[in-house]
Amino acid sequence: MSASDSPAHVLSGVLDALASQNLRVVDLSQTLSPRFPQIVLPPEFDQCAPFRMEEISRYDGRGPAWYWNNISFGEHTGTHFDAPVHWITGRDLPNAATDSLPARSFIAPACVVDCSAQAAQDADFLLTVDRLRAWEVQYGRIPEGSWLLMRTDWSKRTDPVAYQNFDAAGQHTPGPDVAAVEFLVHDRGVIGFGSETIGTDAGQAAHFRPPYPCHAIMHGNGRLGLQCLCNLDLLPPTGAIVIAAPLKILHGSGSPVRAIALVAG
Amino acid sequence: MTDALKRAAPRNPILPLRVPTLPPGQRSRAALRWTASVAEGRFELQSCHDCGQIQYPPRDACTNCLSIRLTWKPVSGRGDLISETLLHHSNELYYRARVPLRLGLVRLAEGVTVLTHLHGDCPVAKANESIPVRVRAHLDKAGQAALIALPATDTPNMADDRMLREMTSDPKFRKVLITDGKSATGQALVKAFVDAGADIVWAGLSEPWKQPPGFDAISKLPNVTVVPLELTDPRSVEDLAGSIGGKVDILVNNAEVHRAHGIGDRRGTETARAEMDINYFGLLRLAQSFGPALRARAADSAVPSTAWVNILSIYALSALPGQGTFSASKAAAFSLSQTLRSEMRGAGIRVVNVFPGPIDDEWTQTLPPPKLAPAALAKAVVKALKDGVEDIYPGDVAQDLFTKWQESAKVLEREMWDQ
Amino acid sequence: MTAAPYQGVVIATPVSIPYVRYSTKDAHWFLARALSALLKTSGLKKSDLDGLGVSSFTLFPDTAVGLTQHLGLSPRWLDHLPFGGASGVIALRRAARAVQCGDASVVACVAGDANHVDSFRANLANFSRFARDAVYPLGSGGPNASFALLTSHYMQSTGAEPADFGKLCVAQRANALRFPSTLFKKPLTLDEYLNARPIADPLKLFDCVMPCAGSEGFLVMGEDRAKRLGIPYARILGTIERHNAFPEDPIQNRGGWAMDQDHLYSQAGFGPPDIDLFEAYDDYPVINCLQFEGLGLCREGEAPAFIRKNTFTIDGSLPFNTSGGQLSVGQAGAAGGFLGLVQALRQVTGQAMKTQVENARHALVSGFGMINYDRGLCTGAAILGRA
Repeated sequence: MSASDSPAHVLSGVLDALASQNLRVVDLSQTLSPRFPQIVLPPEFDQCAPFRMEEISRYDGRGPAWYWNNISFGEHTGTHFDAPVHWITGRDLPNAATDSLPARSFIAPACVVDCSAQAAQDADFLLTVDRLRAWEVQYGRIPEGSWLLMRTDWSKRTDPVAYQNFDAAGQHTPGPDVAAVEFLVHDRGVIGFGSETIGTDAGQAAHFRPPYPCHAIMHGNGRLGLQCLCNLDLLPPTGAIVIAAPLKILHGSGSPVRAIALVAG
Repeated sequence: MTDALKRAAPRNPILPLRVPTLPPGQRSRAALRWTASVAEGRFELQSCHDCGQIQYPPRDACTNCLSIRLTWKPVSGRGDLISETLLHHSNELYYRARVPLRLGLVRLAEGVTVLTHLHGDCPVAKANESIPVRVRAHLDKAGQAALIALPATDTPNMADDRMLREMTSDPKFRKVLITDGKSATGQALVKAFVDAGADIVWAGLSEPWKQPPGFDAISKLPNVTVVPLELTDPRSVEDLAGSIGGKVDILVNNAEVHRAHGIGDRRGTETARAEMDINYFGLLRLAQSFGPALRARAADSAVPSTAWVNILSIYALSALPGQGTFSASKAAAFSLSQTLRSEMRGAGIRVVNVFPGPIDDEWTQTLPPPKLAPAALAKAVVKALKDGVEDIYPGDVAQDLFTKWQESAKVLEREMWDQ
Repeated sequence: MTAAPYQGVVIATPVSIPYVRYSTKDAHWFLARALSALLKTSGLKKSDLDGLGVSSFTLFPDTAVGLTQHLGLSPRWLDHLPFGGASGVIALRRAARAVQCGDASVVACVAGDANHVDSFRANLANFSRFARDAVYPLGSGGPNASFALLTSHYMQSTGAEPADFGKLCVAQRANALRFPSTLFKKPLTLDEYLNARPIADPLKLFDCVMPCAGSEGFLVMGEDRAKRLGIPYARILGTIERHNAFPEDPIQNRGGWAMDQDHLYSQAGFGPPDIDLFEAYDDYPVINCLQFEGLGLCREGEAPAFIRKNTFTIDGSLPFNTSGGQLSVGQAGAAGGFLGLVQALRQVTGQAMKTQVENARHALVSGFGMINYDRGLCTGAAILGRA
């Protein structure tokens, strides 16, 4: 390794590149707001808390010189990170909770697969192995340890009703099919799957075999999830580095994150 | 003849707001006992257990035999109007704004002379001729019982009499918020208020991505406007209050989370917390955000703001163990509603508490009939507002449990084990 | 057992402290002035008073007890008289028996009230339990509506006309113009009476008294004492008192005097034709009618005819409320219950000056008070005789 490749040099090079805009930071997170939809389960189950804010004081009698809020949310509220313990298949894995995952897991390259045209036509669009292989023909093999991010432009649906997209048959949002998940986990060794929708799994994934493959298979193999991402359309198909660090919650199954990407140029 | 009520003209915004005032509200303890029965929709007079004497005003002993064993006897209110006056001047601020005022002396069939307001359609009193009238007791704007004599038989637009309207909260021409327009009771309430002649019914909608059957049709009824309302989000409550709060005349808080769990049959407090967050804290948020404008407008026109309705539950009084956390959340809401009533008192806003038994919806699937149909609940709410009462117990189960609770809450506690 | 006659005891020293519409002074001040005037006029010293009778609405939170320390008295007989317009007659009855039996030797009877700008409403709020529970909440804000209801019923049952009531009011005003301290200085015509501002139908402005501040007083003592003092005095020829009369009447169309009328005249030893002047309690004209009837000046229900047949000025066929009555002098609270008695005392002792009725030997005084729910509860009457 030459002097110019020394770790210290690399780091200062990053700072220089950020200062000169040769490296840009892209914000991949939705605003944590009471209006943002949260995942809804059938009523007989307990629910994930929506994001709520209670003002403590606002430069007033309750606190004259300061403004602050008490906030409450579930571990899976808003743009959030899923740890492997979130699913039953991952419950016995070591270092699989938000406080025990190595911090190294929180920085990884990202492959962005653009399914926005298909998702616009079909809310139940499923990402298949064929589609992934076709992507690889263009952009190269999916590197081990990278995120597979499914761009659908679903984050541009700002109306909560359209974002949730329920009807009498349940939710209709795009996601990966079972084979695609198996492929990504076993054939490509991804670190995890990220989506713009409310879950990494498709809205109708309850009916797949196994149900919820992106949770069951990914987490069962110690892989991670990112949901409710946005601005994936600002990322290149390859080359971006995603930084997504969950809160270090004791035995946490996940947490809201400020997910960002470092992008060249 | 009573003139039919007219819609209030839009307020001239440069004129000062007419501030609510109240009739004198002090009462002796015996008179408060009388007010309590009127608040629950009964017209009773004091009766001596020993000699049967009927007396009014309420006393501490029998005016005939001095017995202290006094009970209360329902009376028909039928009587003879023996004298009347038209008051042109009063030292009371409330009445200064309402003169000229008809007052009368009525000799009731029970042999008691009572001083009453007179409905405009009562004939002129005559000393030497029997002028039959019907006396009723209502809560006045101060929330205390007062008497009013009505004509012997109903007359057209009778409910539109000015003094009678002071004592009641008719939804006609009023603007009503139903906090959850989506649930079965909510849809029934929206329809009932539309039918009762409300000018606007705002149907509160939470979690808009979940739309149960029937809601679409309800939202398309005339005068119905769907508004977003998440009772767990203080910002949502404030935003809606900022938008429509200055126009709401009647607020009906029917939003609830209702699950069927006790203590040991569910681990964790999330369900109970969700029940409290809407059933108790939701009420608190609503009262903080909507209360001030509701109070301020209580005298601003001929059709001012008038009432706050809480859909509680009979299980607020005595818990149904199979729905124990739900019962507790309703008990918390009931307690808070007593404070709400106290805080609304100065403006003369009537707080109406509704204590139904099981409602025939998806959350009482395992409870046997009789159950209250949502439409029946809605009908009872509208009637309570028109009658001007405070507490109602609609349906057979609610009536039964309320009677038992009044007789002995401690006995009922055990009877609830087998409900 | 019949009541003993009032031998050896007399009433003396009529005192009126001029009325004012509003005053910042408290009742204690007005009562002090009345007491002071009683002493000055009689020549007695304060320490000579060993009995005190007090009537006042606005003395609260004090009663007669508080007044003893306030004004430095140490009586051996003390009475607080919450009887409103009947207080004068009842004060006389109590004091006279005390002096007769030796429980006191000189009793000062005083009545008076403050009238602050907010007095009227403040008094009303706590006037009586029944008023608070069942009258004021309906809007009357005072006794006007209650008396309007009585007046309306009375007019319908007896055929009384507004002009009948007006005749009394006009006569009383004419009498008042001869009284030095009336609040009303102008004559009243029947037209003005009939066309006055409506207050509570059928009552109009001149049917209602004007509340004001002031006080009245008199002394009760043994006849020997009065002679030794050299002051004019009058005899007490008879008295009656009744409370909550006729509770079964659906509406009050007769007063308690009717129950005790015979007893009054049998004490006096003569009847209504021998009455030379009548000081009635006139808070509203209809009550004057109930007093004419209740005290036998005419039969029940026939006061309208009686009014039409007679004249009521000082030189009329029945001199009536010769200082003007409350309707033309003003009502200084409880002092209204003493006003007629004090004026009657002036008449039979020849001290009535411009309002003097010629040859006034027998004066009838009547009191009525405390409308509690729907009717006045206290009635009383006394006949004073020239000594």
